[in-house]
Amino acid sequence: MTVPRRRRKGTIDVTDNPQQVVVMSSRVRLARNLQGAPFPGWAKKPDRQRALDTIMAAAVALPEMKGGLSQSMDNFTAMEKQLLVEKHLISREHAAKNVGSGVVINPAETVSLMINEEDHLRMQALLPGLCLREVWDTIDRVDSALEAQLDYAYSPKLGYLTACPTNVGTGIRASVMLHLPALVLAEQINQIIQAVNKLGLAVRGLYGEGTEASGNLFQVSNQTTLGEREMDLIERLHKVINQIIEHESNARQALLEKRPQMIYDQVGRAYGILTNACVQSSKEAMNLLSMLRLGVDLDLVRGLNHQQIDELFLTTQPAHLQKQAGQKLSAEQRDVLRASLLRDALKDVQRPKLLAPGFPPPEEAGDEGKTEIA
Amino acid sequence: MLCDICKENEATVHFSQVVGEKVRKIDICEGCAKAKGLTDPGSVSMLGDMLGEFAGEQMPAEAENLRCPACGFTLANFKKTGRLGCGACYETFEGGLKSLLRAMHKGERHIGKVPAKAVAARDLTDQVKSLEEDLQRAISEERYEHAALIRDKIRAVETKMKAEAAK
Repeated sequence: MTVPRRRRKGTIDVTDNPQQVVVMSSRVRLARNLQGAPFPGWAKKPDRQRALDTIMAAAVALPEMKGGLSQSMDNFTAMEKQLLVEKHLISREHAAKNVGSGVVINPAETVSLMINEEDHLRMQALLPGLCLREVWDTIDRVDSALEAQLDYAYSPKLGYLTACPTNVGTGIRASVMLHLPALVLAEQINQIIQAVNKLGLAVRGLYGEGTEASGNLFQVSNQTTLGEREMDLIERLHKVINQIIEHESNARQALLEKRPQMIYDQVGRAYGILTNACVQSSKEAMNLLSMLRLGVDLDLVRGLNHQQIDELFLTTQPAHLQKQAGQKLSAEQRDVLRASLLRDALKDVQRPKLLAPGFPPPEEAGDEGKTEIA
Repeated sequence: MLCDICKENEATVHFSQVVGEKVRKIDICEGCAKAKGLTDPGSVSMLGDMLGEFAGEQMPAEAENLRCPACGFTLANFKKTGRLGCGACYETFEGGLKSLLRAMHKGERHIGKVPAKAVAARDLTDQVKSLEEDLQRAISEERYEHAALIRDKIRAVETKMKAEAAK
């Protein structure tokens, strides 16, 4: 991770660079198709292969992609594909593809191209922290370079033509991954999601388990692609993200003031379990790491930074564990390895600060701040 | 409230979206949400997955027999998958897609990035248009020599356009 993080020692100031505290990553993806060729879902095998060959040739010639990974999907094992999914470099749908689909990824793993997913070409730029403009610039550059080599399906009226009409126009999906533990703890998250939905933006979980997002991670993205300029959309999303960050910061302050024992307890329990458990499910680990991350944000946990925790979010995922073990593992084996990896990674982390002794202040009834998003 | 899809179970998943002045509301049960991939954020948006269902209602009946001349795709295929067959399908099914696009997007016209090639083509079209105006003016003012020159210019630009299109 390259995002610099400032931290002031001995404070619990959550406004200290809150954008990088709350935002895990920013991503922009573009959907493009070749002119005169049927879309992948409707194309016959030879058509699909031809599209793959054409795009692959143009993609590997890009300076950005030099020294990176370029492969046909049938050359990956199921575990290798899952690894790419966990890194958010390919979609779950793309992982299910084989002959006739491919992937090109740059060495830094910040730019990835999926060939013959739902569209002929889906390209994305992904970076840690809040940097929508930067990822847009990156992928815009890649797109322009490819466009010189490829003939895109484009209509002056409808813009870039995509397999699904929901993507037509700019073909853009800009999204931001947010860590919102306080809004979840304060039970304000549903209001936030509803408010964001009303603005035409979608809220999803990390790997999606219904409405309950594991690890308190939420992905916010645009839904519409026609009738709005890319930069306007990105600015609009940016504004909403900043408001959500503000709500999360406010919720943290409110919880610290009104229910400090609850926060200290959550962080302390997370630390206790993560540093002692011998069997750890993926979901439990995500939720505990989320609490530990909150503890770091609030300066209750020392000797650990975001980068290390975010790394653990990733390395404790199933395919990453199996890669580390160098073999296929059953769910039970993974839970044991996950627990041991976490104990090991956290062994030098100090025990979290405890609340000063004495009776806790009475909890105040009623609402905890507004959750409107204008 | 009953699920919009199966019309059997109680709807527990509610989805609403405001685009411009219009509100789209979908209320579905958990089973259908799962079946439609609503619980899987890796998949395309739920709106996309549900298009198949909603597309049918939006399409005029006579469009049923339409078949895309470029790829052979039909409306029945679209209802099934919610995806189109090729770029030309947008033109083939323009009538039916219009209201669908209006309902799901902010506008009806693309105002974003334009590929450099399309910019060049658009510039040439604009050039021809303005030259044709010059030509009409020259003719009406009986400047025939000038008009001949302009006609040559138009031919040259049109040749260029054809060459660009053939690339």
